Amino acid sequence: MSRRLFPFHGGVHPEPHKRESNTTPIRAMPLLPRYVVPMRQHIGEPARPTVHVGDHVLRGQIIGEAQGYVSTAVHAPTSGRVVALEPRPAAHPSGLYDLAVVIEADGDDRAVAFQPLDWRNMDASALRNRVRDLGVAGLGGAVFPSYVKLNPGAQRIHTLIVNGAECEPWITCDDRLMRERAGETLRGIAIMRHCLAAERVLIGIEDNKPEAIAAMRAALAALDADDARGVEIVAVPSIYPAGGGKQLTYLLTGLETPSGGRSTDLGIQVFNVGTAYALWRAVELGEPLISRVVTVTGHVAAPGNFEARLGTPLVDLIAAAGGELPGATGQIVGGPMMGFDLMDDAAPVTKAVNCVIVKNATLFPPRAPDLPCIRCDACARACPVVLQPFDLYWYSRAKDFGRAQSYHLFDCIECGCCSYVCPSHIPLVDYFRYAKSEIWQREREKLAADQARQRHEFKTFRLEREKREKAEKFAKAAEKTKAAAGAPVDADAERKQALLKAAMERAQKAKEAVQPKNVDNLPPAVQREIDEIEARRAAARDAAEHPADAGADK
Amino acid sequence: MTGSPHVHVGNTSVAAVMAKVMAALIPGTIAHAWFFGPGIWVSLLLCGLFALVLEALLLRLRGLPLKPFLGDGSVLLTAWLLALSLPTLAPWWLYLIGTLFAVVVAKHLYGGLGQNLFNPAMVGYAALIIGFPAYMTLWPGPIGAVDHSLTLWEAFDLVFAGQGAVSHDAVTAATALDTWRTQTRLGTPVDDILTRPMFGWIGARGHEIVAAMYLLGGLLLLSARVITWHIPVAFLAGIVLTSGALHLIDPAAHADPLFHLFSGAAMLGAFFIATDPVTAASTPRGKLIYAGLAGFLVVVIRTWGAYPDGVAFAVLLMNACVPFIDDYTHPRVFGHKRASKP
Amino acid sequence: MLSAILVMAGIGLVLGGILGWASIRYRVQDDPLVEKIDAILPQTQCGQCGYPGCKPYAEAISKGEADINLCPPGGEDGVRRLAELLGVEPKPLSDDAGPKPRSVAVIDENLCIGCTLCIQACPVDAIVGAAKQMHVIVADQCTGCELCLPPCPVDCISMQVIKEDVTNWKWRYPVHMMKRVA
Repeated sequence: MSRRLFPFHGGVHPEPHKRESNTTPIRAMPLLPRYVVPMRQHIGEPARPTVHVGDHVLRGQIIGEAQGYVSTAVHAPTSGRVVALEPRPAAHPSGLYDLAVVIEADGDDRAVAFQPLDWRNMDASALRNRVRDLGVAGLGGAVFPSYVKLNPGAQRIHTLIVNGAECEPWITCDDRLMRERAGETLRGIAIMRHCLAAERVLIGIEDNKPEAIAAMRAALAALDADDARGVEIVAVPSIYPAGGGKQLTYLLTGLETPSGGRSTDLGIQVFNVGTAYALWRAVELGEPLISRVVTVTGHVAAPGNFEARLGTPLVDLIAAAGGELPGATGQIVGGPMMGFDLMDDAAPVTKAVNCVIVKNATLFPPRAPDLPCIRCDACARACPVVLQPFDLYWYSRAKDFGRAQSYHLFDCIECGCCSYVCPSHIPLVDYFRYAKSEIWQREREKLAADQARQRHEFKTFRLEREKREKAEKFAKAAEKTKAAAGAPVDADAERKQALLKAAMERAQKAKEAVQPKNVDNLPPAVQREIDEIEARRAAARDAAEHPADAGADK
Repeated sequence: MTGSPHVHVGNTSVAAVMAKVMAALIPGTIAHAWFFGPGIWVSLLLCGLFALVLEALLLRLRGLPLKPFLGDGSVLLTAWLLALSLPTLAPWWLYLIGTLFAVVVAKHLYGGLGQNLFNPAMVGYAALIIGFPAYMTLWPGPIGAVDHSLTLWEAFDLVFAGQGAVSHDAVTAATALDTWRTQTRLGTPVDDILTRPMFGWIGARGHEIVAAMYLLGGLLLLSARVITWHIPVAFLAGIVLTSGALHLIDPAAHADPLFHLFSGAAMLGAFFIATDPVTAASTPRGKLIYAGLAGFLVVVIRTWGAYPDGVAFAVLLMNACVPFIDDYTHPRVFGHKRASKP
Repeated sequence: MLSAILVMAGIGLVLGGILGWASIRYRVQDDPLVEKIDAILPQTQCGQCGYPGCKPYAEAISKGEADINLCPPGGEDGVRRLAELLGVEPKPLSDDAGPKPRSVAVIDENLCIGCTLCIQACPVDAIVGAAKQMHVIVADQCTGCELCLPPCPVDCISMQVIKEDVTNWKWRYPVHMMKRVA
């Protein structure tokens, strides 16, 4: 049963902290009075809201439909009334607001009728479209719409890798899922394998989860022989980041995903175990993705895993885990290696949220002040991508983005190993993220500038062409009218001028009709200021209405 | 705002790295004191003191906080390495000038911790050997090779007053490397040279044990993962291969590789000086090239150069090549077909 | 002495001749400097520099007719990059109003009378509409140059600052702890 493994370069062994949350079964959350369901829960285009404020929705009803190819649907987590459709705090490192549908639960939790799919006998494309409408996206953290990944396209997929490594410390949602729902997960994997027509399936689980490995192996033995054929559960050594897609692929197959490419270039597709389970629920039960398992751990009274509906405010989720203990210093969404500080605990659970860790000063001491880099190459030794982080740091810090890019900045997976081992306590990954987002911004600006240049050049060209054509026309007309004497009256131009004037007056009236707001009871100084501005505006309008400009006779 | 990771391995810091290196220097330093008398304690004290004062002064001048930088231990390590490579009975101001060049010129004028191109201790050493070659021969002879074994107070006297109850002549002696060079050039037979009192079993008397202790300390550093094997192995291999080849060609003119390894600063250089992360190459292949060439240069300078030992100049010359070496030896990044020079 | 002078003069003449020939033989036909300058300019085509667009301004800079600090949308960063390219000292922007936040023009649909004046003013054809029809600005194409504001007879165009959202949000430069201590 021992498969040859291919250890990747570097990696670190952070304190696992799995015991805190993996000893108790997954708990269900009570129904909450209110859910905040963001439209952007996946990579790609956000879903387009299909409900309005005041609408009544049922559990599992689509409230946001996929728009564009890389997108997927969003569903109501319970039955109730849509009370708001507005930007709300999002579980995002920026802490910015993002469009969300707020649903007030009616308490009945009535669902739409779920239709199980006969996936074995279904048209592949129809099945994928159903998966899109059922909202399944990768639950490992990247939240890529699954229906896209289930399309093998032109590539032949020979190997399906299912990621149960869960290498980040503290997180145990996949561990508990595999222990408790191994059979369902394996049947979800069977659906994936059916879609991709992959001949072998490798399920990689870190060897610090012996119970999950045992449960999965037992479930595999109980699976239909047809579905179990070519499926192998592989215990992989516990080293962070063994659960990175490219790292796990290399670990299991020895194949390197090309830089800038996808594992499908190698004939390999990678899914998370949580996604497999969600797919099983979606396809075999017909139930859209409206909940997921989330680990709540750290400095809380009763850490554990919760089946949380998407849209559950994180503050309620933490409360379900007994609430924060005294001395809490904030929350991390995701794991401690790659997660981010939560800015507002009103942000909801989304498809991407796999873990919430409540911090305290002993578990997560504040970062020590950083000293200069001494080029000790500890970061390079820890880097799973074989980068030289100290060089990238040098260039990112100096804002020499070109050099940073040529030192393969964009191969960085932001796993955090370099910052983790740095003796100078330099926040290396912060520098890399900063450099990446600056480069993206510059590329966007460059693209916009190029477009603007082209459009401006075309406009200049067009104006010149029009001028030339007009001149030619005029010359021709002049020749013709030479014979016929008499000056034609330019009645047309006069008529245009009059129409323009009338329109402007109408607009003026409309503007006056628009009552300015908040102007009652103003102090005299402000009122005077407003009057002055109005006077200036009137003057400007006057000047605009009686110009001797050529614009009108065009 | 700081992003992930939110945890740190915790047991490492610049100060911890420096402390480990200094701890690994302890066996060698004790052996040094055992064989060459207590003069090393005087020079260590002086270099350490000067270094701390100069570092504090420079940090103040540059408007940098004192505590994190003085506390990181890097300047103490520099002073320690400098003291170990200088003769121990030189006048006190020699240590001041050496430390001045190491801390002020080599370190802070280049931008301070992490920015220096050249190994500070070796810059200090090189400045002194160029500026004050006569004083740089004031090495105490190893016990058994000189008549008088020095006390600590006599060492203080020699360093501060220039003379005391004992004269320099009574306690200093030419080093084995020096003797080998001058005598082979005079045509003295090898067997005759090797019977002289400053020669030991395999290397220089006293120095060979000190070198063995440096080797021990270096192995401790390797096992503590403070350094990687690349630099010491390549450095020593460079010495062994070069001196071995020369020895095979002409045993009468060239000492055998063991003598090269266990005399002078070869072991100190391999594990403690060439491995200084700031000034050494950082890529795995770069480290091999850098240290291998440094080892080669050590033997070349010892054989044909004018200086008593080649470690300092070999390391400094290779320090100058590091940016170039690093740039051309980037490892192949995961997912790329081949290593590409950026 | 004389021979030395003659030799030096001879070498000078020969080398000078070679250089002169090379400069004619390998003369770069099109002046790429204009292109390089134009690539740095933000292409807002706003005319705040006093030239009718970014390209004319680039040409003026390359001829030495215009200063490098006349482009407010390019900001200090743009001036710095121009200075780098041209090997001159960067100088502060002539109009020291400071960089404006990136904005787009928006037409108030209730007020627009469909006069087409703004369409003619827009340097990048980012306004669509027809006579007596309501006009609309294609936000993605708008460079924020504000050239459409003065011609509008009914003041129905306003500039709206582009707000930061999760799609254009950027990671900030990490705080340097050491500096803070100092």
